[in-house]
Amino acid sequence: MTAEGAPQLVIEGLRKSFGAKVVLDGIDLTVNRHEVVCLIGPSGCGKSTLLRCINLLEPIDAGRIDLAGQRISGPRVDANAARKRMAIVFQSFNLFPHLTVLDNVTLAPRKAHGVTRREAEQQALVLLERFGLADKAREYPERLSGGQQQRAAIARALVVGPEVLLLDEVTSALDPELVGEVLAIIRELAAGGMTMVLATHEMGFARDVANQICFMHAGRILEAGPPAQVLGDPTHERTRRFLQRVSDAGRL
Amino acid sequence: MRDVPPAEGTVGSGPPGLWPRAGTSVRDWLAQEGAKGATIAAVSTVAVFAALVWWIANSPNWPRVQQQFFNPENFAESWPAVFAGFWLNVRMFLIAQVAILVFSLLVAVLRSLRGPAFFPLRLLSVLYIDLFRGVPLILALLLFGFGIPALGLPGVPRSALFWGVTTLVLSYSAYTAEVYRSGIDSVPESQRSSARSLGLTQWQALRYAILPQAVRNVVPALLNGLVSLQKDVALVSVLGVREAVRAAEIYTARTFNYTSFVVATVLFLIISVPAARFADWYTARDRARRQQLAA
Repeated sequence: MTAEGAPQLVIEGLRKSFGAKVVLDGIDLTVNRHEVVCLIGPSGCGKSTLLRCINLLEPIDAGRIDLAGQRISGPRVDANAARKRMAIVFQSFNLFPHLTVLDNVTLAPRKAHGVTRREAEQQALVLLERFGLADKAREYPERLSGGQQQRAAIARALVVGPEVLLLDEVTSALDPELVGEVLAIIRELAAGGMTMVLATHEMGFARDVANQICFMHAGRILEAGPPAQVLGDPTHERTRRFLQRVSDAGRL
Repeated sequence: MRDVPPAEGTVGSGPPGLWPRAGTSVRDWLAQEGAKGATIAAVSTVAVFAALVWWIANSPNWPRVQQQFFNPENFAESWPAVFAGFWLNVRMFLIAQVAILVFSLLVAVLRSLRGPAFFPLRLLSVLYIDLFRGVPLILALLLFGFGIPALGLPGVPRSALFWGVTTLVLSYSAYTAEVYRSGIDSVPESQRSSARSLGLTQWQALRYAILPQAVRNVVPALLNGLVSLQKDVALVSVLGVREAVRAAEIYTARTFNYTSFVVATVLFLIISVPAARFADWYTARDRARRQQLAA
């Protein structure tokens, strides 16, 4: 069913509310293969909820989500099968505290993808090596720094070879001196052609790495375009005000 | 008092306990409490217990009570029958405990399943828990132990022992299921999201991500239930099962001497006091581990 040449991810008219509160109010977004899309906007604008909806962690109220030309939203799709083709990394790492780093990384390949333990561990060790965590493979997450935990979480997401990687403010919970090591990995992934949608407050990073930046406000994408346009010459008043506040805080 | 550094693996703070805390040697404990404090504790303990003993021994009917309850000859005479009964208590306890841990986990898992398809299972487990938590154990024993065999259903066991243990399992599982459920609820929602996002099914997320953490969180509460069950197996005596209490009653009915009850009491204490101490020790160790983790 996968349509050749179809965009990697298409979202149309996505709406989501929690009770009476509308969190996403008609989102349209197309992400092409090998493209990096950055979602920016004030806290509570719906960035995280959008990522959780794409990963089918939250049921949506209206609209559709297509992954590589294949419908993944709605009641008649196999949500587990769709989730296996994507991966999400969370702000607070969410590693499993009762499992070693290696078991954290190999759990999904072994249990959801039917890979043998031996093979899964080989793949995992290659990734951990690449992320500078080879010597931490047998440690429990609590023994790792925040930056190391987040790198392990990214390895856990990547080990199954996702078609799209979703990153939800992955550096927001880190001490400033640990942010760099995590951003370096994301840069490397972007250079390697990984399709990514990421919510971030790191504007400088977004400008460097994104093909497309979406400014969100109150559950809508108010403005979208190449970084130079959205960050350099925003057309919308709210975007300008948001960027002004961010630059006043010294983060641009 | 606190300037003595606690030994490796000890809890440095917290209220002084009745017992040395986990990993503390008696010497460390004395050092922490101070020699003067230990002396005061020893003297006051001896004084209180001596006064109690003197008070009881000087009660007007003490000689008769001593004859009735603490007669060495009756003790020796009733011991074999009561001990044989107690061995049955121990076996009932072990079988029931294993069955409770397994069955209540199943009930708790059914109750935690999400999605409309599982509604009947959730409803069933809630009904079961409400019903068995709401009925006094002794009533449940009488109803099941006498009622079900009376039906005379073909293929259904009629033994009071079988229905006694089954009722214990059903009643205790209702409580234990809630213990497990509180453990499941104590695992952050983000752990479930994390597991589901990796493509694990609802069941796999529970099995590999949630339950291992949940069970670890409730081990102290489970141990507490274990100590309690160890004594409650004696209630099966109301069905005529010849366990320790029943054996003691039989002896009393024959001899009009109550020493056999003291024999049963001693036997239960031999098991339940160490079990309670172990539960305390484990809980303290668990607390220390968490505090270290939080630091």
